[in-house]
This record gives sequence, structure tokens and C-alpha cells, in this order.
Amino acid sequence: MCVVCGCGQPGAGPAVGAVVNAATGDLHYGAGPARVSVPGMSAERTIRLEADVLGANQAVADANRAHFAAHGVRTFNLVSSPGSGKTTLLCATLDALRRRASALPLAVIEGDQQTCRDADRIRATGVPAIQVNTGKGCHLDAPMVAEAFARLPLHDHGHRHGHHHGHAHDDGHAHDPALLFIENVGNLVCPALWDLGEDAKVALLSVTEGDDKPLKYPDLFAAARLMVITKTDLLPHVDFDVAQCIGYAQRVNPGIEVLLLSAKTGIGLDAWLDWLLAGAEAPA
Amino acid sequence: MHEMSLAANVLQLVDAAAAREGFAQVRRLTLEAGALAGVEVRALRFALEAIAPGTRLDGADIVIDEPPGQAWCAACAATVAMAARTDACPRCGGFGLRPTGGSALRVVELLVAD
Repeated sequence: MCVVCGCGQPGAGPAVGAVVNAATGDLHYGAGPARVSVPGMSAERTIRLEADVLGANQAVADANRAHFAAHGVRTFNLVSSPGSGKTTLLCATLDALRRRASALPLAVIEGDQQTCRDADRIRATGVPAIQVNTGKGCHLDAPMVAEAFARLPLHDHGHRHGHHHGHAHDDGHAHDPALLFIENVGNLVCPALWDLGEDAKVALLSVTEGDDKPLKYPDLFAAARLMVITKTDLLPHVDFDVAQCIGYAQRVNPGIEVLLLSAKTGIGLDAWLDWLLAGAEAPA
Repeated sequence: MHEMSLAANVLQLVDAAAAREGFAQVRRLTLEAGALAGVEVRALRFALEAIAPGTRLDGADIVIDEPPGQAWCAACAATVAMAARTDACPRCGGFGLRPTGGSALRVVELLVAD
């Protein structure tokens, strides 16, 4: 039992419902037996449930949020359609963070239906990553993130810290922050509904996708705290009205923040790093 | 198509209720899917019917209530109707709406047989 937050042992036991790659810790969901029950016959009665369909996920998401906070980990859930540049932005972000805040612990949880290609790209930057393959699933859920987080060195980092100092992390000291990025399955619909325990959802929208995406997929932009317009180096070549796009996003989410950047040229990356580090005291 | 995941969550709630209440079969499942819940009701019904065979939901009537969306308009200082997240305020035409109702997705009631 962890003395910091009361979670289980550092590291992890067998993953529920997933096949674990022993070498990398990657998780593969979507290969379980169907359950079967035997029907009976008798008198009818009514049971009032009033139960939130996503209640089980929400309970785990709430536990994740408390767990991240106890470990000093700020967590960002990156959501977008496939091909908007999530992994490219992440790689550029990790490199830039390394230069700006070299002592800041970083980690990534990569969600895809299949393959470990994205986690391999992240690991090539030197940052620890766990790939979660959802099988047929169209989104990450909170239990998947809990399993993946338990397999990241960030988890041990928080534990070591707690053991050395022997005090709780919620005592007002903002020391030793860490950043965890969760790259959700590329999908502008489903990830909007599943809370993973993140501090903020960040919606990416590349200029090649069209400026009316916030109106076409309002749930996702309504759930996001920040919209990042990516691939801005391509703006001269496409019909993408930035002001119109921002206006559309604000229609479905009046409070949404907006940043523009190009991971390729690096323009706009500084403001993105400022946003990520706001509230987290970055060690020099 | 997250409705398949949602249907699986509904089945888990049903099985948990069965463990508590000791019933074998659901005759009627009543759900509430608000207009702003982010759920496609047709797809949810399809998913529930697809997973039902061999479970406690096998043969159950599926009733899905769809309460309308509601929002608070700060400009009007009033609660107004909101059919979709892209809607403007029906009174002032502004978009500064904060949804206040119709975003729930719940299992309301089960009619069960022992």
C-alpha cells in the first residue's frame, strides 16, 4: 500500500480484461469472452435504479484524478480526429519541454485501436510511454488509464518522493510537478463522453480538416478546455478561416481557450508550453 | 459508435442490480437519454438489441425517454430551451448558453421477473 495516496503497490498486478506485453507494459484490450446467464420465469416487479450509465467509469475517473493529484501529476487528454497531428505535436512538445524544463518528469499514454507505432515514436524521444490498444473500442476509458498509469515510471516517481519526504502531496507544496499526456483514440465523437481523470481535455483541429468542425462535432469541443489549431504552416494553401473557426468553437463552448501552432515550424509552441506549465511550477 | 460501450455499461448495471435484487430476467428496460447527452438513441437501441441475446436483457422491451435540453442564458438571465449544442438562445439569438438539463444518460427503471 502506497503511503502517499493509499493506492496499491507501485508497479502493477494483472490487468483486468487486458493482455499485457511483459517487455513494454503495453495493454491490449478487446479479446474477452461474452457473458451468458440463464433466464428464469416468475412474477414481475419494478426496480427503480436511477443509475448513471457512465457511473462506473466516473468513479474510476474520480479515483484517477485524486491519484494524479497525490502524485503531483498534471494530466492532459488530447482528443481529435485521426491525422490532426496529435503524435507529431506530442513529440515536438516533449522535445521543447526537455529544453525548457529539463527536470520536469514527463510521460505519455497512447491510445489506438491497434499497433504500438505511436508509443514507439514517443519512446524514441526518450520519454516513457505506454500504448493502450483498445481492440474494437473507439475511445479510452478511465480503467484503461488507471492500468496504464500504474505501469509508468511517473507512478514510482511520486511514490519515491512521498517516501523520502514522508508527507502528503496535498499539503500546499507545488513541488516536483510532472506532466502526463494521454493521446486518445483518434475520433471526434466518442472520447467526449469518457472522463479519464484528466485536468483538461485539449481538442486538436488541423487546418486541413476545415473550420466548421466545431459545429459538426459539438460535443467534443464543448467538453474541451482548450482548442489547438494545428498545422498552421499550411494556412496559405487551404481555405480555413481561423476567426470563423474560433467563433464556431465559442458557439458550442463560450469559455473555450484557443491556441494556434505549427509543430513543424515551431511557431506557437512557446504559448502552448506556457499553457501546459501554468499552475505547475516548472523546475529550471 | 460509443453506443456499444454504453450498452455494455447498461448490461453491467442490470447484472449488478440482479446480484442485489435476485431477479433472472428484465421484461422492460427504461432509459433516459437527454437531447444533450451525446448519445444517438437509434444506435443505442441497436446496440442494446445486439448484446441482449443470452443475457438478462434477452427479449426485454427497451423504452428510451428523450428529455429536451435546457440551458441558462446569461444575457437573458433566464432558462431557455436548447435542442442541440449548436443552438442559439431562442430569446436573444446569442450563443452564450450553459447547458443545465437534458445531458443525463441513466438507467431509470427495470421491470423484472424472478
